[in-house]
Amino acid sequence: SLKSLIILFDIESGYYPVCTSDILQVQLSFPPPRLFDRYRDLAPQLVPLDYTDQPDVRLPYELIGSMPELKDNPFRQRIAEVFSEDGEGNMTLDDFLDMFSVLSEMAPRDLKAYYAFKIYDFNNDDFLCKSDLEKTLNKLTRNELTEDEVRMVCEKVIDEADLDNDGRLSLEDFQHMIVRAPDFLSTFHIRI
Amino acid sequence: MAMLLVTLLLNAAAIYTIVTIPPLSTVAPSAGGRNGKQATSEEEEEDEAQRKRSHKKKAKVQDSEEEDEEEEDEAQRKRAHKKKAKVQDSEEEDEEEEKSVKRKGPKAAGRNKKAVKQVSEEESEEEERGKKRKGRKSTSKNQKEGQNKEKKSDAKGKSDAKGKGVKDKGNEKDKKKKNAKYSSSSSSGESGDEDSLSEGEIAAQKEEVEEKKKLIATLRNKPWRMKRRLKLLKECQAFVEKFEGALGKGKGRKLYAYKVIMAKVMMGLPYGSIPRKTVPRAQQAKAMDYSVLLDFGGYCKYSVLFYGYYNDERTIGLLQFRLPLSYLLVGVGIFGYSLMVVIRTMARNSDEGGDGGDDGQFTFTFKMFTSWDYLIGNPETADNKYASITTSFKESIVDEQENQKDENIHLRRFLRVLANLFILCSLGGSGFLIYFVVKRSQDFAKLDQNTLSWYEKNEVEVVMSLLGLVCPPLFETIAELEEYHPRIALKWQLGRIFALFLGNLYTFLFALFDDVNEKLEQEKYIKNATIWGLKEYYANYSTFHNTTDIPPPDIPPADVIRGPCWETDVGIEFVKLTVSDIQVTYLTILIGDFVRAVIVRFLNYCWCWDLEAGFPSYGEFDISGNVLGLIFNQGMIWMGAFYAPGLVGLNVLRLLSSMYYQCWAVMSCNVPHERVFKASKSNNFYMGLLLLVLFLSLLPVVYTIMTLPPSSDCGPFSGRAQMYDVVMETIEKDLPAFIGNIFTYATNPGLIIPAVLLMVLAIYYLNATSKNYQNANLELKRKMQMARDEEKNRRNNKESTNQVMHDLVGLLPNRSLIPPPAEEAPPPDNMSEKGSKFPKVAKRPGAADNVKGVNLQKDVSLAAPNSRGAVTRPPGPRGPPGNARGPPPGPGRGRGRGAPRPKC
Repeated sequence: SLKSLIILFDIESGYYPVCTSDILQVQLSFPPPRLFDRYRDLAPQLVPLDYTDQPDVRLPYELIGSMPELKDNPFRQRIAEVFSEDGEGNMTLDDFLDMFSVLSEMAPRDLKAYYAFKIYDFNNDDFLCKSDLEKTLNKLTRNELTEDEVRMVCEKVIDEADLDNDGRLSLEDFQHMIVRAPDFLSTFHIRI
Repeated sequence: MAMLLVTLLLNAAAIYTIVTIPPLSTVAPSAGGRNGKQATSEEEEEDEAQRKRSHKKKAKVQDSEEEDEEEEDEAQRKRAHKKKAKVQDSEEEDEEEEKSVKRKGPKAAGRNKKAVKQVSEEESEEEERGKKRKGRKSTSKNQKEGQNKEKKSDAKGKSDAKGKGVKDKGNEKDKKKKNAKYSSSSSSGESGDEDSLSEGEIAAQKEEVEEKKKLIATLRNKPWRMKRRLKLLKECQAFVEKFEGALGKGKGRKLYAYKVIMAKVMMGLPYGSIPRKTVPRAQQAKAMDYSVLLDFGGYCKYSVLFYGYYNDERTIGLLQFRLPLSYLLVGVGIFGYSLMVVIRTMARNSDEGGDGGDDGQFTFTFKMFTSWDYLIGNPETADNKYASITTSFKESIVDEQENQKDENIHLRRFLRVLANLFILCSLGGSGFLIYFVVKRSQDFAKLDQNTLSWYEKNEVEVVMSLLGLVCPPLFETIAELEEYHPRIALKWQLGRIFALFLGNLYTFLFALFDDVNEKLEQEKYIKNATIWGLKEYYANYSTFHNTTDIPPPDIPPADVIRGPCWETDVGIEFVKLTVSDIQVTYLTILIGDFVRAVIVRFLNYCWCWDLEAGFPSYGEFDISGNVLGLIFNQGMIWMGAFYAPGLVGLNVLRLLSSMYYQCWAVMSCNVPHERVFKASKSNNFYMGLLLLVLFLSLLPVVYTIMTLPPSSDCGPFSGRAQMYDVVMETIEKDLPAFIGNIFTYATNPGLIIPAVLLMVLAIYYLNATSKNYQNANLELKRKMQMARDEEKNRRNNKESTNQVMHDLVGLLPNRSLIPPPAEEAPPPDNMSEKGSKFPKVAKRPGAADNVKGVNLQKDVSLAAPNSRGAVTRPPGPRGPPGNARGPPPGPGRGRGRGAPRPKC
């Protein structure tokens, strides 16, 4: 599913396909057994050891969000929602693998940027509009900024990154901005 | 800089040790050399030890050599992981032996075993201790190896035991463990003895100690009378204690020798040998008083801590350690080294902060989307991260607000001038106050010390510390008049505090120089009197005894008349200053932070208003102020270290303790500073201050070294006209003549001036080139920006025209019209506005070169999916159809500030 995701994403965003070695790397960078163990450890009574007949097992968000890697992340719910097939944060093993491969060190920048965009897009409308930005900001600062400050920051962000002047950030705008960010690759990754 | 001093001295000491240790080491252990056994090689010794262990292991000794073999075999097996039948056989034999032992006297054997175990444990402990003292890296490695072996053998033992009967299990394990212990201890013993100097003696000594220990352990079983047993026990214990402690398996002794030699090299003769190292008779009664020591008088004054203690003997010891020369070179070298380090750090910092080209564009965006570190998996770290993100947002917000402000410039100017006037006044006032106080303290110093109160004695330090405490908040209050941008205001504030510190320090220095000059006069007088006295003595002696062979006057060192050693006095002043600084800092933290926090926290339950949020609140941790304090402290050390070498050690202690102390204070009773700005993004601001401080503290030291004559009866330069004469002396006496010649040429002004000129020219040239590069850099950046703008405009035009065209096409009855090429569309006038933005750039690195045709094609191909994606969004408000060639298509097209899309 990961491969198809990457290819889909390539077509959608209009970029040249990421080279296949990247895809391979993404897949190889996490030896599934270890990740599978982590997945299974979350709920040993739910997850069977044998996956040959593709059992339909979903772990609820409460379990996923309580992983030590995620539990302190202000965006944990969004992460789970974005990567889960049902959009509710309940994850199958495949979703789980997808999540950690995208967040791995080896994942290509474009893929990461795409998913980062999805994570910050709270209302799933494929654009980061003001309400998304406000939510992001409030999560980042734990609501410690005043309303005026929040509004101002959001305006500034749109002012800075909005290239086509439609008052919201499209995926393109986001990508354009994120390739220039020095810390994006180093911060948008989870080691498991 | 402390490092430099220490390493230099250590190096010297190390060389000295190597040369002189053989005689020392042969002297010490002769007491233990009774056995006369001289095991020369390691293997022999190890073998011996093993044999002894095996002796101990068995109560009934069969054949020691065979057992040795067995043990070796086992060890080999362990290493090779091979199970050989033969070895197992031998093991079984071993077991049988053990069993037989048990059968014979289970009690005795058990006890024996215990004892053996104890001994071996003790052994390994000792060895470890010795090694730790040595502080080698190999220690940990060896230990690890030992542990590994132990583990391995343990595991093996288990597996073996499985194969064998259950009955033998415990036995087997026990044995294995023992073996492991032996192997580990023997391996560590190997490494421990590897580089000790006299193997034989140490081995003999060790053996003896071990024997005695064994005796102690087994004394109970001996069939002797109690009296004899007790006596023997006491003897043995005394022996073991004596040699174990002193020996430390050879390392302790070495360390001891090292220490002795270090002390010898550093200080030459010990305390009390010559006048400068002895407390004068008049002061001896009080030399150990606490109050005197607290002022660094008495024994402190005549100790290693200060300049005066060091002797002027040209060379010390076998290696001819030149103390005066190295004193001077280290003193000056510290400055050179520090300069180098500071400048290198600055260069590195500016390198790192070099490429900030794009940064200004996405300040807020980057902060929003890339500041959270997804790696964070720890609630405390997360809390800190939240706080730091909030701070950085606030910082940017304030920055932005300040940028947008515009105000009455005349009023502002007037207020700024006024504020600076106030601050200059207070700076001048504080300078005068310090000068006044120092002068007064000099008058006090001439009075009897007993009549003075504590305040009168410590007035200078108290006043300086108080000024340091009061002035910064005052400056901050005044600075509010100026209404600078917070970052700039902070810099001003730091600069002012800095000026205050430096001004105070320099006033203090000038007052000190007056004092020094006075002392120099006094010394001249005393010197003349001494010379006159000596002459008298010689004349009297020769007339009285009628001989020309006159022995020097036999005066005890405590009674010799000596001048005031101004260098030591200067050193004492600096040490006192540092100590009072430490006291004030610590007390401020204790009272201003801790007590305040306690009061605020606990009185808050029963108070009229909210103490935590209201007036006293908790103390703030002022990072910049603390950094400035560190810098200032470093400056004092730089200044004082030449005249008080002990100051370096004192400061190291202070820094270490204050690190933990302040860490505790910050964690427990401080809140973050309200000012959200972190002084500056680059550390170079502070490094620049440090450089300035270094330079300013270098000046007085070098000035005194070059101009003032050193005291005639104390310090390493006594008897010379100038301190730097030591260098001349060395060049003349110790180096070949041609080097002296070279030096004379090199010091010729005719050569120095051209050299300086050359350097100035080089600096000029480098400066010019760097400016050129900077310009080129800017130019390139601008070109890049322009290229991006161009591309973006093209893209935007196309998009907009495409949309407009789309509408047009929709209006036209004939739908089969081909869409017009992109070039046809005229740029709408919002283009100029948008010019400041970056266009979307194709990701491919190869696409950087803008060949027009290719680019265009790519744009088209890239645009295709976009246009498809654009279908999902509802069409925005547009201008009336037919307006395609006119100005902006609609109200929503301006700068993206139009009404937001309804979808959001």
